[in-house]
Amino acid sequence: MIPPIIEAREAGFAYRRSAPVLADVSVEVTRGRGVALVGESGAGKTTLLRLLLGLAAPTSGSVLFDGAPLALGDKRLMRGFRSSVQTVFQDPYSSLDPRQSVGRIVSEPLRSLGLTAGGPRATRRAEAAERVAAALRAVGLPEDAAARYPHEFSGGQRQRVAIARAIVCEPRVLLADEPVSALDVSTRVRIVDLLAELRETRGLTVVMVSHDLAVVAALCPQVAVLERGRVVEQGDTADVLGSPRHPYTRRLVQSVPRLPARPA
Amino acid sequence: MSLLEVAGLHVRAAGGRDLVSDLSFTVEAGERFGLIGESGSGKSLTALAIMGLLPPGMTASGSVVFDAPGTDRTEVVGAPERRLTRLRGQVTSVVFQEPLTALDPLMRIGRQVAEPLRRRQGLRGRALDKAVLAALEEVRLAEPRRIARAYPHEISGGQRQRVAIAMALACRPALLIADEPTTALDVTVQAEVLALLDGLVAERSMALLFISHDLAVVAGLTDHVLILKDGAAVESGSALDVVNDPRHPYARELVDSARVLDAALDRLKGGGTP
Amino acid sequence: MSAQARTARRRSLPLTAGCVLVGLVVAVAVVSLFWVPFTPDDTSGDRLMPPGLPHLLGTDKLGRDLLTQLMIGARIALAAGAGSVVLGGVIGLAAGLAAGFATRWLDDVVSALLDILIAFPTLLLAMLVAATQTASLTSAIVAIGLAMSAIVARLTRVLVKRVLAQDYITASRTSGTSWPRVIAEHVLPNIWPTLTVNLALQFGLAVLAEASLSYLGLGAPPPNASWGRMLAEAQASVFIAPVGVIAPGVLIVLLVVGVNLVADGLRDVADPTRRRRRR
Ligand SMILES: Nc1ncnc2c1ncn2[C@@H]1O[C@H](COP(=O)(O)OP(=O)(O)OP(=O)(O)O)[C@@H](O)[C@H]1O
Ligand SMILES: Nc1ncnc2c1ncn2[C@@H]1O[C@H](COP(=O)(O)OP(=O)(O)OP(=O)(O)O)[C@@H](O)[C@H]1O
Ligand SMILES: [Mg+2]
Ligand SMILES: [Mg+2]
Repeated sequence: MIPPIIEAREAGFAYRRSAPVLADVSVEVTRGRGVALVGESGAGKTTLLRLLLGLAAPTSGSVLFDGAPLALGDKRLMRGFRSSVQTVFQDPYSSLDPRQSVGRIVSEPLRSLGLTAGGPRATRRAEAAERVAAALRAVGLPEDAAARYPHEFSGGQRQRVAIARAIVCEPRVLLADEPVSALDVSTRVRIVDLLAELRETRGLTVVMVSHDLAVVAALCPQVAVLERGRVVEQGDTADVLGSPRHPYTRRLVQSVPRLPARPA
Repeated sequence: MSLLEVAGLHVRAAGGRDLVSDLSFTVEAGERFGLIGESGSGKSLTALAIMGLLPPGMTASGSVVFDAPGTDRTEVVGAPERRLTRLRGQVTSVVFQEPLTALDPLMRIGRQVAEPLRRRQGLRGRALDKAVLAALEEVRLAEPRRIARAYPHEISGGQRQRVAIAMALACRPALLIADEPTTALDVTVQAEVLALLDGLVAERSMALLFISHDLAVVAGLTDHVLILKDGAAVESGSALDVVNDPRHPYARELVDSARVLDAALDRLKGGGTP
Repeated sequence: MSAQARTARRRSLPLTAGCVLVGLVVAVAVVSLFWVPFTPDDTSGDRLMPPGLPHLLGTDKLGRDLLTQLMIGARIALAAGAGSVVLGGVIGLAAGLAAGFATRWLDDVVSALLDILIAFPTLLLAMLVAATQTASLTSAIVAIGLAMSAIVARLTRVLVKRVLAQDYITASRTSGTSWPRVIAEHVLPNIWPTLTVNLALQFGLAVLAEASLSYLGLGAPPPNASWGRMLAEAQASVFIAPVGVIAPGVLIVLLVVGVNLVADGLRDVADPTRRRRRR
């Protein structure tokens, strides 16, 4: 059996001065096998992602990366973790610094993690610029996007900038919070294809919060359903969404908006 | 006379590029109008131009006329800021695409929701507190008391989006402009919020300009749709007609890909009949 | 002047105007270091003379040359403004950053301290500072700077909290960026525009505050003329020798307006959403 690359083990979490938001959550992510987190608004999906990202420590239970518990204080360990795990946020408007050009935003992981190969400054710069351009191309943004600023882009275009930033350093795990809900159908298909391709070629593992069941079905073989901070159903996507057992999951599958039927 | 009449609207960027070109449509009182288009097609800019809120450097030309009962007929393009301020909130209000940026991060949710209620309905004290909780309940927020006390960063993305909707509704506008108001919502809540909008439109005879890239959502909610591509209208008509008989190739493409997604879901459900 | 600043000047009229105004005052202050028409304590002239020769702008009620006093006053006004802005800015920024990052009780404690400090009148603070040493320009600057630091700190705290609530900060952290770098690359650039404008305002207030402090004997001691004190002293004779009131008054206004124009201009140049517009 392949060991999980990232895992939440009986994790619980409470924000300060508030009731617990997560209780006894266990989710395992196997390398190359993406997991989708679905659930009602406020169920704790973003909070769970924050735990997996090492932005907060669980109040009970633990989060493991490559089999070892995450120690938020351990600089060296976290550095390795940060270069393997990247993220895309839910809100494309607040996730890009308005005062930095898109090129600078996308290259931040490269700079902060020192991921460009050594050598003189100029070659490092050139390499970074080349990788930024490749990432922007991959998400379908024009070449000149790097020199522009976030306010010049629409919501969906910004979300693609955020995705470019997340894939530029070739992470092993991508933790994404509603990465495609701001995108129209054709762009969505493009991003889904891109992520699927990264999974095939580089073994990228995607953990994704999404309410778009079609995207979930396309990208994630596994799904975990959260309701009020607990995992109520978990397993193969086809099983869980195909024949939902929990009432919430059933409601979820039924509420997907559909096109009005074609007249007979 | 229509509530909102847009005629020959152009939005030009600082460099002179047309981001929206020659757009015309009307929204009657109580009508539900959908604006669809891919990412970057100019939907948000159209909404901003209608409100007279274009970012600095962009210019609008053409005409955008509001004619709401109880107020003067107002031409938005070229109107002085003073007139527009009166228009916003009274005649029309917007739910912006970005829920976090629409909220002040340092003010409790309750106070932010109270502001339009106080201004528009003249409520004070105890009555105001009650109205705030009612407004939050209206958008299906489960714990209105906790949410009212929380700061924006202390609630989830979907909760923020619903707070923004509650604030826009609190203004009791004649026209509600909603720019992708349900993108951060899971489908169950989305269904509830759409039902809520649907109900309010009928009950208050409020008009709705609904912006989305999701054809299924727009087709289910609105009577009339307009499809935008690269800033220009490529097709418009009744929602059912457009979905069932798209004419323009782009519209056909849009409908087809929506059908493909639909089919994927049907397959998931174990090959259930469509 | 750097190439960037040069292009900026070409682009923005207010910035150019501001630079000219401030530059003029600076030039006068610099000249006064090497040359003034008379010595500041030279009371040999006739009293309250109108403009003419040899006293180009006339004399004050003690017979001192007005132009000399104005030139030295420029130096003092600049020192008072810049000194207290630097002092108040540095202390305020540091305290505000700390409070902005602090959570819960530490934040509460710092905010309470700031509120107390802000409630303290600058004058009282100045007296306290002057009590520990002799009254001088430095003691005035320290007092004004301290009072200012509380205001700057409170503003910084709010701005920092606002920026920290944004996802791009979290995104930066998950990219492995260290906190000092997050502050340098994201927090400071995003709070800077509002802060510069506020500091420019504070500069103006500092010049005025120094004027009132030295009027009370808590500022630069004579014969170092400060514009504020000249203004106060000449008030009684405004109808006999109006230049004594008009000249320092106009200079204070010009300096304050100039500094504010420069700050506004710099903010616009640094703001990408405004920069595009001018292309
Ligand atoms: N900083 C915070 N302090 C206190 N409570 C919080 C905080 N952040 C979130 N919460 C609460 O925790 C619960 C779970 O939030 P979370 O953001 O994880 O939900 P979510 O599943 O991502 O929902 P959505 O789909 O709406 O984004 C919500 O009820 C929310 O109000
Ligand atoms: N301030 C700006 N300066 C220059 N171009 C801009 C600016 N704002 C938006 N644009 C461009 O205008 C076009 C339309 O943007 P708009 O925000 O209206 O798109 P949208 O239809 O709302 O897309 P989405 O669904 O992604 O939100 C985009 O191509 C965008 O890049
Ligand atoms: Mg969330
Ligand atoms: Mg938009």
